[in-house]
Amino acid sequence: MPQTTWQADAFAALKRARIAQVGYVPDAGHSHLIKSAHADPHMHTTVLTTEEEGIALAAGAWLGGHRAVLLMQSSGVGNCINMLSLPVNCRMPFLTLVTMRGEWGEFNPWQVPMGSATPAVLTAAGVHVHRVDRPDEAGEMVGAAAALAFGSGVPVAVLFSQRLIGTKVF
Amino acid sequence: MSGRNDLTLDRRAVVATLLRDPGELLVVTGLGAITYDAGAAGDRPLNFYLWGAMGGTAMIGLGLALAQPTKRVLVLTGDGDMLMGMGSLATIAAAHAPNLAIAVLDNAAFGETGAQSSHTGLGADLAAIAAACGWPTTVTARSVDEVAALQPRLRSERLFAVIRISPAEVARHLPPRDGAYLADRFRRALGVAEH
Repeated sequence: MPQTTWQADAFAALKRARIAQVGYVPDAGHSHLIKSAHADPHMHTTVLTTEEEGIALAAGAWLGGHRAVLLMQSSGVGNCINMLSLPVNCRMPFLTLVTMRGEWGEFNPWQVPMGSATPAVLTAAGVHVHRVDRPDEAGEMVGAAAALAFGSGVPVAVLFSQRLIGTKVF
Repeated sequence: MSGRNDLTLDRRAVVATLLRDPGELLVVTGLGAITYDAGAAGDRPLNFYLWGAMGGTAMIGLGLALAQPTKRVLVLTGDGDMLMGMGSLATIAAAHAPNLAIAVLDNAAFGETGAQSSHTGLGADLAAIAAACGWPTTVTARSVDEVAALQPRLRSERLFAVIRISPAEVARHLPPRDGAYLADRFRRALGVAEH
């Protein structure tokens, strides 16, 4: 319930930011956003085989006058590192929304190393990191992140905490 | 298709042919020699040269093609860059962008780092891989005539082409490498700069 509310707020913020392209490697935590993007006639969705493709996609979109966002899980952040040299070096905006794993109540140990490293790795690569812990701050945070990215021409990541998304259980 | 017996074409002449009379063609070039080749063919604002971001060239082409559906986008890159971004062949095939073509100059080697054999010199066939990923048309060119025939097709079709070239090194011609400058002049030339 609060799940769809904060996700709807995040999607509305992307719309207000005039996001026209959405690249994604699917995650359950992003499913509402992905569905909404597919249903939106003004958004072009691209499913990726690996997350760094989305950084290059966003760079090409920017060259062509589109604003893009990359949706991924924290495990995908590690795949992105060298490709982040593209927006950093070209002083291009880059916006990514990252669902966190490996923190709040994680049951799968394989998610923990990259989940723990995600904020530090992004920061080291030159990305500004915002974090959403409460449902009511999701829309505002995505809006502010988009304003920073596209207004100031910098890479920005919004991390959605695992507590917010809900712990995955089997 | 693989092996090294058919690697005869001069890369600089190939790129000069492909980029002749470019008009409004939007060009993205992969890092290394292909960026030098494109610069040698004539620097222009609508060339976006990569000097890094290996594996990302084709995906930049896709983002650009989706953003500019009425313009043609040509990705020019080498076998090493395309091999690193091989998954993007599936991503781009699935995206069905009709205004995007990719030409891979294939010398079967990592030319910038000591000419070690790449996978295309060891049996991998990028055109066959692209076809298996769902590209509707793939071509492998090995002669000057085949390259000449390819030039207009790369500006009109949804096409993935491999051009087998000589691994011989040619003189370096270094176009601008400041990414911020290249991105800004590209956007201004295209008329999409926000400020």
